[in-house]
Amino acid sequence: MSIAARFTGSREGFSLDIDLSLPDRGVIALFGPSGCGKTTLLRAIAGLEPDIRGSLKIGGQAWQDEKVFLPAHQRPVGYVFQQPGLFPHLDVRRNLEYGMKRLKADRRRVSLDDAVALLGIGHLLERRPDQLSGGEQQRVAIARALAVSPSILLMDEPLSALDEARKQEILPWLESLHDELDIPVLYVSHSRDEVARLADYLVLIQEGRNRASGPIGDMLTRLDLPLSAGGDAEALIEATVAGHEIDYGLTWLDFPGGRFRVIHKDLETGSRVRLRLLARDVSLTLEPQRDTSILNIFPATVEGLANDGDAQMVVRLLAGGVPLLARVTRKSADLLGLAPGKQLYAQAKSVAVLS
Amino acid sequence: MPSSADSVTVSRMFSEQDLTALAVTLKLASLTTLILLLLGTPLAWWLARTRWRYRFLIEAVIALPLVLPPTVLGFYLLIALGPDGPVGKLMQAFGGTPLAFTFTGLVIGSVFYSMPFVIQPLQNAFSAIGREPMEVAATLRAAPLDRFFSVAVPLARPGFLTAAVLGFAHTLGEFGVVLMIGGNIPGQTQVVSIAIYDHVESLEYTQAHWLSAGLLLLSFLLLVAIYAFNRRFPVART
Repeated sequence: MSIAARFTGSREGFSLDIDLSLPDRGVIALFGPSGCGKTTLLRAIAGLEPDIRGSLKIGGQAWQDEKVFLPAHQRPVGYVFQQPGLFPHLDVRRNLEYGMKRLKADRRRVSLDDAVALLGIGHLLERRPDQLSGGEQQRVAIARALAVSPSILLMDEPLSALDEARKQEILPWLESLHDELDIPVLYVSHSRDEVARLADYLVLIQEGRNRASGPIGDMLTRLDLPLSAGGDAEALIEATVAGHEIDYGLTWLDFPGGRFRVIHKDLETGSRVRLRLLARDVSLTLEPQRDTSILNIFPATVEGLANDGDAQMVVRLLAGGVPLLARVTRKSADLLGLAPGKQLYAQAKSVAVLS
Repeated sequence: MPSSADSVTVSRMFSEQDLTALAVTLKLASLTTLILLLLGTPLAWWLARTRWRYRFLIEAVIALPLVLPPTVLGFYLLIALGPDGPVGKLMQAFGGTPLAFTFTGLVIGSVFYSMPFVIQPLQNAFSAIGREPMEVAATLRAAPLDRFFSVAVPLARPGFLTAAVLGFAHTLGEFGVVLMIGGNIPGQTQVVSIAIYDHVESLEYTQAHWLSAGLLLLSFLLLVAIYAFNRRFPVART
């Protein structure tokens, strides 16, 4: 844990009270409803909110405490705003060079070519910002933030200003960043879908406070958090492509709890994928069913239950140590005698491959 | 010979004294514009960004020359710059002379007189930029002064052009302030507007016509230039 942030402050009827320690790599989602303070927290980390007091240590270096306040331009961050914010008087290449030029030579770890290649914007270098689509502008903005060789990348809902088609255009680039970067990324979002695709670690922010944080697979299935309630409750599963069953047009995806068989995906054997399993697509049975059309059945242990409305319950299961969620009626839970420690079988009706 | 014929024509249009007045006017307008851009830029920037609650007081003071009769402004400047005024005394204490009825005094008067015409366009241009481009520049390692010159100035370029041209053109048309503190000393403080007045007083209508038309044309061309420029470069309007 090498990001330690404490911030307190209030302005315009809104108060921030944050105390966090975060891992120093992977994509960390700051997740919460609009107006919960996640953007303010990100701005405070970048040094853009001088009125918010607190302390911030990254990699053992104090950026802010009672005595120190590094101004924004001295903090080694890359910042991607909601709006691309490209400088209209500079072409794409000069936009990319703007920050890089201001870096001491011995601090340059990311080359312009790296940043350009990572976001696939080589063909845009000579254009002016107003000649680019919204999605292209945001890709240039991300490359520009990376070109300052930051030790942390801060992204404030970088997809929120884009329409659905543009989002789908950028998401693959963000997913590849996740694999290529060796710096932590703080990603502010209120979109479950983006978080499920991109994040490794999730911080749930409510009313200016960090309510809970942890690895995303664990956080999404915690019964004491609102994330596990409602129709979009889901579990994320990291799986490995084990092979393809060509005769039936299926692909095998293995995780510690067993093997998923899904409709053929063009994926290389051995590559890693993330699966999304919705709680409402999981049913429970005490005996393994032989005479069923469902292929994906895993032995699991009940870890806990929580009410979700009057008639339904969410059940947290462990399959090979991986947490899953199942949504069942309260009546079924009683009939099956569900209780922590109960051994049973989880049947997954469908599963989505996210990446 | 065409060249001597031309100079004869010119001398018939403008007397030597008129040409001197024109030179004084252009020098005055250029110096005034330069000084106002140098002093007005930081002030306009501050006005555009400060959250100080009494900012409106400063804005009102800057706008005063828009509504005040130039004679009022000229009168107070005359008192301040004259031998018994605070500035005049200060000048004398340092071995100088009072500034009333000097070119320097005229420059000081013009700076006040044309102040709103420079500061207001600059302030509007800086306000229109908003905070975000400056914050983007900050996260890209640009220090405050660096981001001012590398982002704010280029984005406010049409504002600078408008400010410069309006400041210049407005100083060209100055009359009341000059009359009060400049006097009418040919070669030093006699500007075109005063020369025109003199010609009319002496019933030299032809001379007055030429000078007036010259001033009209120059002012019109300057304004045409900024409006055309601001139409072609809409960047900083956003």
